[in-house]
Amino acid sequence: MSATILGLTGALLVGIGLFGLIVHPTALRKLLAFNLVGAGVFLFFGVVARRAAAAGLPGDPVPQAIVITGIVVAFAATALAATLLARLSEPGEQP
Amino acid sequence: MNELLALALAFPLVLGALVVVLTTSTRAALFGFFAFGLFLALAWVALEAVDVALTEAAIGGGATGLLLLRLNARLHRKVSLGEPAGPRLRILAGLLAALVALALGGLLLALPEPAPSLAAAVVEPLPALGIGNPVTAVLIAYRALDTLLEIAVLLIAVVGIRVLGADRGWGGRPVPWPTAGPSPALVFLARLLVPAGLVFAIYLFWVGADAPGGKFQASTLVAALWLLAIMAGLAPAPRTGGGWTGIALAIGPLAFIAAGAVGLAATGSFLAWPEPVAKPMIVAVELALAASVVVALVVLVAGPPEPEAGR
Repeated sequence: MSATILGLTGALLVGIGLFGLIVHPTALRKLLAFNLVGAGVFLFFGVVARRAAAAGLPGDPVPQAIVITGIVVAFAATALAATLLARLSEPGEQP
Repeated sequence: MNELLALALAFPLVLGALVVVLTTSTRAALFGFFAFGLFLALAWVALEAVDVALTEAAIGGGATGLLLLRLNARLHRKVSLGEPAGPRLRILAGLLAALVALALGGLLLALPEPAPSLAAAVVEPLPALGIGNPVTAVLIAYRALDTLLEIAVLLIAVVGIRVLGADRGWGGRPVPWPTAGPSPALVFLARLLVPAGLVFAIYLFWVGADAPGGKFQASTLVAALWLLAIMAGLAPAPRTGGGWTGIALAIGPLAFIAAGAVGLAATGSFLAWPEPVAKPMIVAVELALAASVVVALVVLVAGPPEPEAGR
C-alpha cells in the first residue's frame, strides 16, 4: 500500500512535468519540466521493483540497476541540452 | 515503510514539482528542483533502493541542479522556443497531463499480483562472482552491456559538449565559476569536505560489492567534491585536449571492452567473467570505469572550454 502511494506520486510527477513541458515557452523551464517527467518515470519503475520483492531481497534488483543507468543517461542528456542552450543564448544566435 | 512515511514523502514531492512548474521565477524553480531531488532520494530510501537513492542524491538532484543553476547564470538572454501559452493551450495541456497521470496510476493499480520478479535468478549465482550486493552484480555482470553502453553515452555527451565550444577555446579550460572571488565560507567548506568526502568515496567504492554503494555512487561523489573544489577556486577544471583528461576518459570503456574480450576468449561469450578471476577483474574494470565517470561528470557540468577575455 505504501509503495503504491509513491507509485501514484510518480504518475502525478509525470503529469505535472508534462504540463510544464507544454506550457513553458522558455527552454530552461522546459528542461526542468522534462527532468520532472524523468523522475516520475524512474519512481514509478522503482515501485514496480519494490512490488517484486522476493528471495529475501527488498526489491527486484534488475529494475533498480536499470534506474541507476537511466539517471546517469538522463543527466548526460540534460548536460548536452544545457550546453546547447548556453550556446544558443550567445549574441548572434537564433533558436 | 508505512503509509504515513509514504504520504510524508509524497506531499513534498508533489509540492516541489508544482513549484518547479508553476512559479514565475526561474531561480525559484531551480531551488525547488534541488529540494525536490533531495526528497526524491529519500523516497528511494523508503522504497529500500539505497543504491538508487545515492545516485539520485548525487546526480539527479545535486549535479543536475548545479548544472542548471550555473546555466541560468551563464545565459546571455532567455531562450524562448515559442509564444507564452494562452488559456486554451493551458487547459488542453492540463487535460492531457491529467489523462497521462490517471492512465499511469490506473496501470499501477492494475499490475498483476504477485509481481513477476528476477530477484531469485539474481541471487543464485552471486557467490561465483564474489559480490554480495545484487544491484552491483546486475550492473557489472548480468547487464554489463548496459553499463558499457552507459559509459559510451557519457562519452558521446562529452564529445557533444566539446564540439559546442568555440574554436578559439580549444585546449583551454571551461569558464571558471566564481566570476568574483569565492566566498571564504565556501573555501572553508571545500577544505573541510573534500578530504573527508574522498575517504567516504573510497569506502563507498569498496563496500559496493556487499552493501549499497559501488563505483557509480563513489565516482559521482568524487566528481561532486572536485566541482566543489573548482567552485572554491582550489582546483582547476580539466583542460580540453590535455593528455591525461583524454586518457582518463578512454581508460574505462577500453578496460571494459578488454575484459569483455577476455571473457569471450575464456568462456565463449562477450563480457562474461571467467570464474576463478572474476572478482579481481571486476575490481580492476570498476577502478578504470570510476576514473572515466569522474572526469566525464566534471566535464559535463563544467561545460565546453571557452576563451575568456582578460584571463
